[in-house]
Amino acid sequence: MASLTLRSKRKKPRATNNRNKVAYLFIFPYALMFMIFIVIPVIMAIFLSFTYFDTVRAPEWVGFQNYIDLLTDDPIFMQKVLPNTLKYAIIVGPGGYILSFLLAWVLAQLTPKIRTIFALIIYSPSLTSGITMTVLWRVIFAGDNAGYLNSLLIKLGLIVEPIVFLQSQEFLLSIMILVTLWSSMGVGFLAILAGILNVNQEMYEAAYIDGIKNKFQEVIYITIPSIKPQMLFGAVMAIVGTFASAGVGVALSGSNPTPQYAGQLIVNHIEYYGFNKYLMGYAAALSVVLLLGIYGLSRFAYKLFGSKD
Amino acid sequence: MARHQKFLGTKINPSRFNRTQVKYIIILIPVLMFMLLPLIYIFNYAFKPIEELFYYPPRFFVERYTLQNFVKLFAVTGSSGIPMSRYLFNSIIVTILVIGASVVVSTLAGYALSKLEFKGKKFMNEINTLALMFVGIAVMIPRYLVIEKLGLIDNFFVHVLPYLAIPVGLFLIKQFIDQVPDELLDASRIDGASEFQIYTKIILPLIKPAIATVVILSFQTVWNSADTSTTYINNDALKTFAFYMNTLTANTNGVAGQGMAAAASLVMFIPNLLIFILMQSKVMDTMAHSGIK
Repeated sequence: MASLTLRSKRKKPRATNNRNKVAYLFIFPYALMFMIFIVIPVIMAIFLSFTYFDTVRAPEWVGFQNYIDLLTDDPIFMQKVLPNTLKYAIIVGPGGYILSFLLAWVLAQLTPKIRTIFALIIYSPSLTSGITMTVLWRVIFAGDNAGYLNSLLIKLGLIVEPIVFLQSQEFLLSIMILVTLWSSMGVGFLAILAGILNVNQEMYEAAYIDGIKNKFQEVIYITIPSIKPQMLFGAVMAIVGTFASAGVGVALSGSNPTPQYAGQLIVNHIEYYGFNKYLMGYAAALSVVLLLGIYGLSRFAYKLFGSKD
Repeated sequence: MARHQKFLGTKINPSRFNRTQVKYIIILIPVLMFMLLPLIYIFNYAFKPIEELFYYPPRFFVERYTLQNFVKLFAVTGSSGIPMSRYLFNSIIVTILVIGASVVVSTLAGYALSKLEFKGKKFMNEINTLALMFVGIAVMIPRYLVIEKLGLIDNFFVHVLPYLAIPVGLFLIKQFIDQVPDELLDASRIDGASEFQIYTKIILPLIKPAIATVVILSFQTVWNSADTSTTYINNDALKTFAFYMNTLTANTNGVAGQGMAAAASLVMFIPNLLIFILMQSKVMDTMAHSGIK
């Protein structure tokens, strides 16, 4: 901001100069909130990640120690959190993204009325923010006979004893993935649907004359290239949504850390180290790793669908 | 038949129903069931009398409708004697404030970033596009420290301020204002309109769909968010309904609480659904311009 105001002082024709000022005035409230709640926390996270900070005494500079600890001295991170996060992110991120494209494409083949109703149904779980809805998933996966899934499996004779799904090392992560996928058809899905609906019909007709033979080729050669900007927006939303909903494991199992770290994701690990152990420096290092990871994934999406660089 | 279709090409967004669409509907049915199942569940459980909750094996559908659960939900008070209506009231006020303020903040900024010329415009647009990837909970700890420094802990406005800068909202608004022809604005400038008049008289009426989208986005974030209450508020009287709802569900391991928890979920969910149904065509309009180029 400082450099911006400095530069605006250069001599300019009056009208433009005035409009310049108006522009800064217009952008000021947003920029201020953006600085306070987004930019400063990110910068602080980077700074704190190089310190030891227990919230009581002033942060003490420790160089790369937190990062070294992360790599060499945190077996839970290496053995549980990292593999869990990768598995969760790969299935929910790209998996959910591909699913939202496929669903949007199929919906686009239907007439407007049916499509609107179906799209609303598919979109509605994302309205609820997965976490508030954990109440119902907890009943479906409840660990006693009264749980729907257990009662169904017992009735089918597949199991004898009810399975404690939400406390189980085998199932918790998969259930988290299922619940997140359920609630992930959000803004990105709508953007892709709107994109597909707005592809110029003549493009398809022309493509068929040029020798395209089936729907698959249509999607690859016409639909996706025409909606690259929406695909990119959808991809970024998918990546962000994946990590933003990472609290679901704690909500489902009811504890942080999750039982035997079965559903522990990097976001929960940050919360645990920051707010339970008060190791803010270490938690900040984890934050930085997460932000870099998200940035890397988004760069990859830009490579795939972006029009510049 | 197949040959005939090939020649016509595909029919994206068909205007009439025909038999080829049946296969798509058949593909979609299992997906729709999966998406709907939990919602049907809360609708049924919210109206179930307590005896039906104890049926074994559990039955999905309600047999005798009752409003018991809602009555209990509204009568119950939190651990510290705060009635549920207080949480609901807090949530409504917070939601209205956030929606109003974030629309003003993001439309003003969107107009400047789209149509006004100033130093640093390109940079700010790039920063905001970069911030689309921002995940708030990744920096929850420094955010907490910032909020603590500002003295916002246990302050009602901590529910509002962090939600005013939503990069996605600004991005969508800006993309939408980009569609407004410059000639229109220049004509008004020649007629002597100030930038603020152009903003209120021309821009705002033209970008209603994008505004509707920001309304929905901020509604969803704020109405559903329990995080601010958990993290920044210690005073129970200032917490929100989403938070109350979370404590309710976290403490209902027993069967008896399920009906009440479902009723609370329904109170959370219905406003989301209504707002979206009311505004869905406008949202789709905005989404058509959502692409990142």
